[in-house]
Amino acid sequence: MFELLGITPQALYGQLLIGLINGSFYAVLSLGLAVIFGLLNIINFAHGAQYMMGAFIAWLGLTQVGPWIGDPEFHLNYWAALVIAPLLVGAFGMIIERTMLARLYRLDHLYGLLLTFGIALIIEGLFRYAYGVSGQQYELPEVFQGAFDLGFMHLPKYRAWVICASLTVCFATWYVIERTKLGSYLRAGTENPRLTQAFGVNVPLMITLTYGFGVALAAFAGVLAAPIFTVSPLMGADLIIVVFAVVVIGGMGSILGSIITGLGLGLIQGLTKVFYPEASAVVIFVIMVIVLLVRPAGLFGREK
Amino acid sequence: MPGVSRSRRNRAHGASLVSKTAIGFAVLVIAGVIAPMLGIYPTFLMKCWCLALFACAFNLLLGYTGLLSFGHAAFFGAAGYITGHAIKMWGCSFEIGILAGTAFAAVLGWAFGVVAIRRAGIYFAMITLALAQMIYFVWLQMPFTGGEDGLQGVPRGTLFGVIDLSDNMNLYYVVFAIFLCGFFLIYRTINSPFGQVLKAIRENEPRAISLGYDVDKYKLVAFVLSAALSGLAGATKTVVFQLASLTDAHWHTSGEVVLMTLLGGLGTVFGPVVGAFVIVGLQNQLADKVGSWVQVIMGLIFVVCVLAFRRGIVGELLAFARKTGIVKA
Repeated sequence: MFELLGITPQALYGQLLIGLINGSFYAVLSLGLAVIFGLLNIINFAHGAQYMMGAFIAWLGLTQVGPWIGDPEFHLNYWAALVIAPLLVGAFGMIIERTMLARLYRLDHLYGLLLTFGIALIIEGLFRYAYGVSGQQYELPEVFQGAFDLGFMHLPKYRAWVICASLTVCFATWYVIERTKLGSYLRAGTENPRLTQAFGVNVPLMITLTYGFGVALAAFAGVLAAPIFTVSPLMGADLIIVVFAVVVIGGMGSILGSIITGLGLGLIQGLTKVFYPEASAVVIFVIMVIVLLVRPAGLFGREK
Repeated sequence: MPGVSRSRRNRAHGASLVSKTAIGFAVLVIAGVIAPMLGIYPTFLMKCWCLALFACAFNLLLGYTGLLSFGHAAFFGAAGYITGHAIKMWGCSFEIGILAGTAFAAVLGWAFGVVAIRRAGIYFAMITLALAQMIYFVWLQMPFTGGEDGLQGVPRGTLFGVIDLSDNMNLYYVVFAIFLCGFFLIYRTINSPFGQVLKAIRENEPRAISLGYDVDKYKLVAFVLSAALSGLAGATKTVVFQLASLTDAHWHTSGEVVLMTLLGGLGTVFGPVVGAFVIVGLQNQLADKVGSWVQVIMGLIFVVCVLAFRRGIVGELLAFARKTGIVKA
């Protein structure tokens, strides 16, 4: 069948794998956006910039931090970056939330979008000034070099790890929000912040932590992406627009919905690359249009 | 009697508004006419007027209807490509080329509107942004747009076959006239019964629905009008610079028009014009001196506007004038 269409199975599996990788990034990023939107009612336009910051912290840690502290032998390795980058970027996010976003909650939610857009411009501009637009290479850790032979295809170890790690993080987030007490506070806060506060839950603190967590997810995705894509100041900007489309398609009502939509759209994009490569850049947007025409609330969304 | 006094006050209020706007108009026209004689570079001024029209068209949507479109660069850029192609490849005249670009932007605006108006608020912004990005990729791949290089060498031609537009001064006054037409159309729209319904939608959409207005239809018409005028601005800019490029269709441009409107004053008649001149002037001044800091500065202006300066320049001036009693509230 594949021969009929002039496509080798290897090419198909290869593109499906890339689609699955992209899909994992869509899933993690749209999950972060959905968690933030649930409680803060703003769309975090800086999400792409924060993803880029995560990747840059990983790269800086590996190649630049040593010389900075006067010990050229010192490297912040991949595993350390995977922990430190989300913490740093998450803390940075919480500072932004406390000092700026918190002033906007009583206004139209569109101001939150505009503010985070401005922040994204600042962050990207600063990184462009410091490192230019050409990308930096992040060397793959030694553990991940090589590939598994699955019989029908070669699966590079790192790509397998990216898919496992992002799925684990996604499901852990789902578990915390849907199955634990902390998550029940969060859901209550999403449903009715005033009433939740009246029951003695510190909602403002929860909002700050939620924003920090959503942003940390973006940074985590950034570190995962560093060895696959080149690390550049522009890496987040175009990605975030696709993720917005993913969010519109899925609707932000459900956590599992974001994960499934993200992965599914990544796969569809991969398939498009095999069968009709010209359309691969726009396929997600086309799907968005179709979904809006058929089901405006999104696949998993609730009409408000 | 309270009724009489109120009607008198309303009349006084109306009169002060008319005179204020009339003064504004007069200042605008005089400034526009004499500006190139003061030795200001005409091409720079033309760019300002094009972007001012773009920002005013955008303001019609955000400032008066309450819809934040983050994809307006799509109309600005698309009209530029169509106009450039029509004039350069099909040999259309200046007027036909501009009209073709504007018409295309209107059709594109209709298509965007039909899809995006199904959701409101933040979703509306995200959908328009995503649609504009889709159009951006289309231009990137289409052969006639010249990809990264853009559509270069668009001839300026003549106006009605009489006025030679390769002369910068001639072109300047044509561009200024186009701006004034667009600006006046927007002003009339805002102050028409149609515009009142738009404002009602902005203030309280459920109430507008309960009063029997077909809100979606009004939004769609406003969206198409805004898209068409954005297209007019983009088409004119293409003729001025003889170039249609991907930059005009990029989301950065969508962000810039939001910034111009916000900085000048949301929902004010003259705000977007002021905002456009400030931003284009800043970019012009800063580009050589600070290079990539421009983006950081634009971001900072955004943040400051949203946090502390939400009324914008013209909005603050009006508020100040009302406070001190120069203009009656």
